[in-house]
Amino acid sequence: MMVEADSAHTIPLLETRQLECVRDDRLLFSDLSFTLTEGEILQIEGANGSGKTSLLRILCGLRLADAGQVLWRGEEVSVVREDYYANMIYIGHLPCIKGDLTTLENIRALLDTRSQLAPLDEIEQVLALVGLAGFDDVTSKALSSGQRRRILLAFLLLAKARLWILDEPLTALDVEGVALVETMLLEHRLAGGSAIFTTHHGMQLPCAMSTVTLGRAGNQPC
Amino acid sequence: MIKKIWAWIQRFSSPKHFYAISGKLIPWFAVPAFLLGIYGLYMGLFVAPTDYQQGESYRIIFIHVPAAWMSMFIYIVMAISAAIGLIWQIKLADMIAAASAPIGAWFTFLALVTGSLWGKPMWGAYWVWDARLTSELILLFLYFGYMALQSSIEDQRTADKASGLLVIVGVVNIPIIHYSVEWWNTLHQGATVAKFDKPSMHIDMLIPLLVMALAAKLFYAAIVLMRARNEVLYRERNRQWVRDLVKKL
Amino acid sequence: MLKAFSHLLARDLRLAFRSRHELANPLIFFVLVVSLFPLAVAPSAELLQVMAPGVIWVSALLSVLLSLDRLFKQDYEDGSLDQLMLSPNPLVILVLAKVCAHWLLTGLPLVLVAPLLGMFLYVPDEAIGVLMLSLLLGTPVLSLVGAIGVSLTVAVNRGGVLLSLIVLPLYIPVLIFGANAVDVASDGLSVRGQLLFLGAVLALALSLAPLATAVALRITASR
Repeated sequence: MMVEADSAHTIPLLETRQLECVRDDRLLFSDLSFTLTEGEILQIEGANGSGKTSLLRILCGLRLADAGQVLWRGEEVSVVREDYYANMIYIGHLPCIKGDLTTLENIRALLDTRSQLAPLDEIEQVLALVGLAGFDDVTSKALSSGQRRRILLAFLLLAKARLWILDEPLTALDVEGVALVETMLLEHRLAGGSAIFTTHHGMQLPCAMSTVTLGRAGNQPC
Repeated sequence: MIKKIWAWIQRFSSPKHFYAISGKLIPWFAVPAFLLGIYGLYMGLFVAPTDYQQGESYRIIFIHVPAAWMSMFIYIVMAISAAIGLIWQIKLADMIAAASAPIGAWFTFLALVTGSLWGKPMWGAYWVWDARLTSELILLFLYFGYMALQSSIEDQRTADKASGLLVIVGVVNIPIIHYSVEWWNTLHQGATVAKFDKPSMHIDMLIPLLVMALAAKLFYAAIVLMRARNEVLYRERNRQWVRDLVKKL
Repeated sequence: MLKAFSHLLARDLRLAFRSRHELANPLIFFVLVVSLFPLAVAPSAELLQVMAPGVIWVSALLSVLLSLDRLFKQDYEDGSLDQLMLSPNPLVILVLAKVCAHWLLTGLPLVLVAPLLGMFLYVPDEAIGVLMLSLLLGTPVLSLVGAIGVSLTVAVNRGGVLLSLIVLPLYIPVLIFGANAVDVASDGLSVRGQLLFLGAVLALALSLAPLATAVALRITASR
């Protein structure tokens, strides 16, 4: 019993082993290994074209690594896909928002893909939190790009996933929005959640944060 | 044991290893293909007896039938290698599939051209909607689709996988297509049209035909190895071993 | 799982009805192409009656082909497709929901408008039922098989012609048997064989095509 609990404790939430990524004949990174424990916030750094987005897509299992493994609680992601996807949320830099649907419908549609339901008052609460109070019946094509990003932030909060994988979460957000994301990350961490993100904007988190830097392998031919 | 075999497969299918071995293999296919081709053509064109119904014009079957067989055979080879490439992530298998496509398309084209040349004295027209010719035409479209998809996706790995899946879907469909075309044909033309393969064929015609078929297979093997070698060099052009190879030249 | 299916189906239908003008386009295209033939050939009842099954079926094929983009293009471009693939639900089920929505929006209207076109082209009354039935069995196959093609080409710039090159050869069996069923029914003969064949192809497509589409989508996403 003790041993089990102990080993469960030492197994990291997410682990990569010797990941390698080749894109259009260029080696973006190789032999990339890192771990992420519960409550850890990890920033992926690197110049444009260094493979940050590709790395995040590999972590989600959207892209196949050219070599290496991604482990969710010690098991290969492709094996425990269902459990992994129920506990992980990925937000890329595409909007995922349908202009013809209202804010509320967009959020519901996004939650549906995760088979999650949320009561209306909870959604309204979260919408108020991300600064979209009163916009729930507005079709999204009438919203600004910053406001659409905020719909995604609401989705992020409502999904209640333990692992957040965020690709450029600050895109199109104003100063207030940036602060909002920072608070969200802090609270997520306090609740024991983990996050991996990339950003080109400076993000100041008053907490411990690990970084993985994708090297200058960037332009090396493979 | 399985591990050993797997390790061997991995080693053999590494592009560098394949490049070395295939270079040695090519003559073993090319020379017999050439000799058998000469022999088969000689036997078919000069030695085999004249057909009592069709005269000399039937002799085009010594090209047509092997080409038609190859067009089908190569598509199946492509599907098998594509499946291997998709399932076990063996890049070499994808390269074989990609290298095979133009050869298969040319054989299909050859089968169509010889078929219509043969059709002129037979039917009085270069093109008749005969079941086999129609199936060949559709097969040619399938080859074109594969090649178009392969060349329109930039990322090589994605291109291999996408076109690999397409060729597998195609191979599942071919029997259905073939059956429907046959059925369509008997429905609209009746059974008066002579078939290419006669149930009873004179042995002196059969032997050159089989020789030609074998020659075509060996020819394909030689050409596909050559093309796959080019493919390997191109895809691995940035690797050290290819650079070393170039330096030696 | 059933919920995931119905929710996605409902979302796609809702989206389609929000932009109604696009909804009608494949249908109008279908009617338009069919009505070109009398203009191009001759308005003779005899001639048109012979050509009718083929003309209607080829037009249906093209109409479905042009509407295939709707299946995944938008979802691919706005990133929703990524979210679908990150769903804990089996991707095959989601694919099936999307294909189902596509058929309801394009295939089914074709079936419903077919009697009108049959009248245009002098299809005998007793063959109209068979025309509708053949389209009812055949158009879902077109959506299912088309989904494979569109998921392979959705990431390709200007993939429209490429898509037709890939998909049309695969449509040939449906075309042959669908058109022939109408043809034979016009002569007052039994079409049981043709319809059974279409049914068998539908069953096969229903069981295999969503799998192939799911694989194809994963390949496309791994760009």
